[in-house]
Amino acid sequence: MGKTIAEKIFAAHLRDEPFEGTRVLSLDRVLCHEITTPVAIADLVWRGKDRVFDRNKVKVVIDHVTPSKDSKTATQAKILRDWARRHEIPDFFDVGRNGVCHAIFPEKGYIRPGFTVIMGDSHTCTHGAFGAFAAGVGTTDLEVGILKGVCAFREPATIRVNITGALQQGVVAKDVILHVIGELGVNGATDRILEFRGPVVDAMSMEARMTLCNMAIEAGGTCGICMPDMTTVDYLWPFIQDEFTSREAALEDYQQWISDADASYDKILDFDVSNLEPQVTFDYKPDCVKPVSELAGTPVDQVYIGTCTNGRIEDLRQAAAVLKGKRIADSVRGIVSPATPKIFTDALEEGIIQIFMDAGFCVTNPTCGACLGMSNGVLAEDEVCASTSNRNFNGRMGKGGMVHLMSPATAAASAITGKITDARSL
Amino acid sequence: MSSKKSFGGPAVVLDRADINTDEIIPAKYLTEVTKEALTPYILEDLKLEGFDPKGNKLKNARVVITRANFGCGSSREHAPWVFEVNGVHTVIAESYARIFRQNMFNCGMLAIELPKNDIDQIIALEHKGDIQVNVDVTAQKISVTSGSESLDFSFEISQFDKALVEAGGWVEFADARY
Ligand code: SF4
Repeated sequence: MGKTIAEKIFAAHLRDEPFEGTRVLSLDRVLCHEITTPVAIADLVWRGKDRVFDRNKVKVVIDHVTPSKDSKTATQAKILRDWARRHEIPDFFDVGRNGVCHAIFPEKGYIRPGFTVIMGDSHTCTHGAFGAFAAGVGTTDLEVGILKGVCAFREPATIRVNITGALQQGVVAKDVILHVIGELGVNGATDRILEFRGPVVDAMSMEARMTLCNMAIEAGGTCGICMPDMTTVDYLWPFIQDEFTSREAALEDYQQWISDADASYDKILDFDVSNLEPQVTFDYKPDCVKPVSELAGTPVDQVYIGTCTNGRIEDLRQAAAVLKGKRIADSVRGIVSPATPKIFTDALEEGIIQIFMDAGFCVTNPTCGACLGMSNGVLAEDEVCASTSNRNFNGRMGKGGMVHLMSPATAAASAITGKITDARSL
Repeated sequence: MSSKKSFGGPAVVLDRADINTDEIIPAKYLTEVTKEALTPYILEDLKLEGFDPKGNKLKNARVVITRANFGCGSSREHAPWVFEVNGVHTVIAESYARIFRQNMFNCGMLAIELPKNDIDQIIALEHKGDIQVNVDVTAQKISVTSGSESLDFSFEISQFDKALVEAGGWVEFADARY
């Protein structure tokens, strides 16, 4: 019997099996941000165990509220900053160099095929795009990860999601994943790994695969995962060129992290996306999804483009292509947050920032910002936001606010008209 | 992050599926760096007809009884913590989101799973009056009482989860072993 990629990664990292069905894995990466890490740090200090298992495997960023907005967020940032300095953690990203965690860590080449990754953040599943096992955890798991470099998981069960057919022009990874979540439901993949396969995924860029894997948690999935291929190697090449004699050699090595043809799955689902329209959520759950045509015309007060789902350069390009030469509606506040300084710089060089500003958008520094309603665009009661983020829970962007999730192109089109709009109709 | 807990007590019923961690503790309170500071904000944004997050029912509760996929969404351990500091160390639900369930056991608390049918019976009992839950972790049994009526159920937790409860949490367990 063959193995899935997740089973291979588990087998290669198995440190202990204290009880049947419980796998304690050794970790290649423990990622930290300023919201969930400070309590772990405080607890470690309180226990007299203020240590880090391997400072080169721990990567740290201040991203959720940055620059700090008040004394409390300044304190969180300070706890993380002081800790990173105290332990001489080399890869620590503070104001001026920081960006959204699930965008900046892959961009720096920290995630590789076959890795095990945890972070105190549910969207850690994003990193599975590289053929890694990456899972969001709570602060206690994070604390043990920091101290011991291990984390416990149940035996992996995988749902294979085959994406077939060909996407129509203007339909992108975000639409695919919203559609898949709509079909699976918010707990359709609980305790499961979502393995994204098929020609549509093979043709996707790393950015698009990250968008896909990012939202695995919205179906309850532990991790989204894609098979490493030449696209993965090309993305990582600047960081791995000293390790391999050629890209082909890297690809050959990474092939060990591909599911076997006779691997067994919990379920196999097929989605032919040839006729898929752009998708938009309604209500307060990410599985409440409809084609844009059914929600078109819904007025919006704010449009937010950015986040770990859709704040990468490809996303900004797609939005800018819609916005070019146009102005957003007077009734709309447009906010764009490039997810990392590199993305910001690239967008500047490509003229994308100018397009956003000419259209009337406010361009913020790289941060999570409005995504979780903590800064940079919190909604007032009864306000509606068209957003490229991943979560539309009640109150997510501010108490009493409504969030509609959609692709960057749909968000840009909605900014122009002030109503939810299919970008292909403009 | 934890110490050994006591389980059971008066219960509050949250009769809705898919209650997410943003509802249990909204993101705006994630700027707190102690668990105790979260205390007043428990379930502040819960969307549930007739539920009062400031009411006595919740204030007196030591047990939460709820439906499927409890604790979905954000990984924030602030959700189990806000229960912990309010004295709620036991949650009984049809099912959980993975991270929330693990966070509960990692804190040495109990996330008990019962079939829908059992939860239906418990909730029906609640309609008759306040309910009280007794938990026997070793025997993996609970009894639910309302007035003169009482129902018994057994539950399954993995050996690992049980060991975490006995150790007082994952930090204690891992520290002793790795
Ligand atoms: S952008 Fe939003 S979803 Fe992503 S890590 Fe930040 S707060 Fe979480």
